[in-house]
Amino acid sequence: MGFSGFRVIAEGLMGQRGWKPMWRDPSPKSEYDIVIIGGGGHGLSTAYYLAKEHGLKNIAVLEKGYLGGGNVGRNTTIVRANYFLPGNSEFYSHSLKLWEGLSQDLNYNVMLSQRGQITLFHSDGQRDAGVRRGNMIAGQGNKAELWDRERVRRELPYLDYDNTRFPIYGALFCPESGTARHDAVAWGYARGADQRGVDLIQNCEVTGIDIQDGKVTGVQTSRGAIRAKKVGIVVAGRSGQVAAMAGMRLPIESHILQAFVTEGLKPVIDHVVSFGMGHFYISQSDKGGLVFGGDLDFHSSYAARGNLPMQEHVMEAAMTLMPMIGKAKLLRSWGGIMDMTPDGSPIIDKTDTEGLFIDCGWCYGGFKAVPGSGFSFAHLIATGNHHAPAARFRLDRFRTGRGIMDEEGTGSQHNLH
Amino acid sequence: MRISCPLCGDRDRREFYYQGAALTRPAPDAGPQAWDDYVHLRDNPAGDTTDLWHHEAGCGAWLVIHRNTVTHAIHSVELAGATS
Repeated sequence: MGFSGFRVIAEGLMGQRGWKPMWRDPSPKSEYDIVIIGGGGHGLSTAYYLAKEHGLKNIAVLEKGYLGGGNVGRNTTIVRANYFLPGNSEFYSHSLKLWEGLSQDLNYNVMLSQRGQITLFHSDGQRDAGVRRGNMIAGQGNKAELWDRERVRRELPYLDYDNTRFPIYGALFCPESGTARHDAVAWGYARGADQRGVDLIQNCEVTGIDIQDGKVTGVQTSRGAIRAKKVGIVVAGRSGQVAAMAGMRLPIESHILQAFVTEGLKPVIDHVVSFGMGHFYISQSDKGGLVFGGDLDFHSSYAARGNLPMQEHVMEAAMTLMPMIGKAKLLRSWGGIMDMTPDGSPIIDKTDTEGLFIDCGWCYGGFKAVPGSGFSFAHLIATGNHHAPAARFRLDRFRTGRGIMDEEGTGSQHNLH
Repeated sequence: MRISCPLCGDRDRREFYYQGAALTRPAPDAGPQAWDDYVHLRDNPAGDTTDLWHHEAGCGAWLVIHRNTVTHAIHSVELAGATS
């Protein structure tokens, strides 16, 4: 079933009775060539690209809850490729290219809106860092512009430019960045994978990973044992628990990251705006809500809800940067569980168990990575070789010290990102 | 979230700096695997855990806190010096 403008109009005239469920609800078979653990954005995109790019058929995605019910539905929907270090830079650039063609590729409107991201700076030092980052972005082949204070003021007249502590000096503008509809990404990949024969199995919790002679042979689930030649773990937020089933400890600590949304308002914020002096960023959803977030709560947690001190901090940062926001009413807040690695960069790699692969450690940047992560992880599972844009996301970089990607420059140690 | 410092009593979470899992430091010559385990690898439990906190904006004591990562309940707080 394809989507088209004609179809939408025709269904409108016929009472919307012609739509069918977008994917099957199969029972698990006893054996698959490839089992993907985790039916979130990354797991669904992995299954989709395994089928589409590598022509593989006999694949299952096992999801303990419902498809897209985890972090892909709990983020602030920002898509960007403004990374700095080799490794991250080419990966997010590749992911952004996939985003740009995604609605056509999936025949599903993921509502990608490249409205541009304005990252403010508030000192000469921050301007220098912004210039350097902008040059790195341009060197990677993406776009970046340096805006002076008056240029920023033309676009964002509502900011507090003469704030005593944090006056605005200018901004780095990334015109290709923006937002997308988070649920649609999960649903689009799910539908695309299902159409290519992937079994999407919900309410199926993996309870064990079977390993014989150093080789993976299948998984135990709440819906019975499933044999598999290859298994991919893609469960950011629960990576430690699933990896433990294969006897692994990961360089990951789980933290909460909070997000907030106001009541629906008329269009007021046209871009993604990031404060340079406090951890605060904001965009406006198509429904009109101001969607914004801040920093981690900074202690390990699986609570999926935040604490008041960080909420207060985010509201203070918001009021400092754009005092007008004080008139908006906060509607909801929530927390997502982040796989935090010591250097703040992700992992897409093989494990010591033959046939067992892992994609995890997305820290607070998993949403924009959904297409690139699935593409690169599918490449690794299908071919056994690392996909070039993700080749540096190695599990052993912490042990060896080679290839650490500490984007913030704060040190490669838990608790610093 | 409030943490009951053994020296100061109930205090706001903001007074405390979270260090991370309370692990036993390996001997200097314990080898790379032991040090990788200590510096990088984590059990990262969803449930009860034991971690190290510093009462940074209070008495300055290092604390070993036994707590739950899912409910945020705090079971016990002890001075780190008393537990080692």
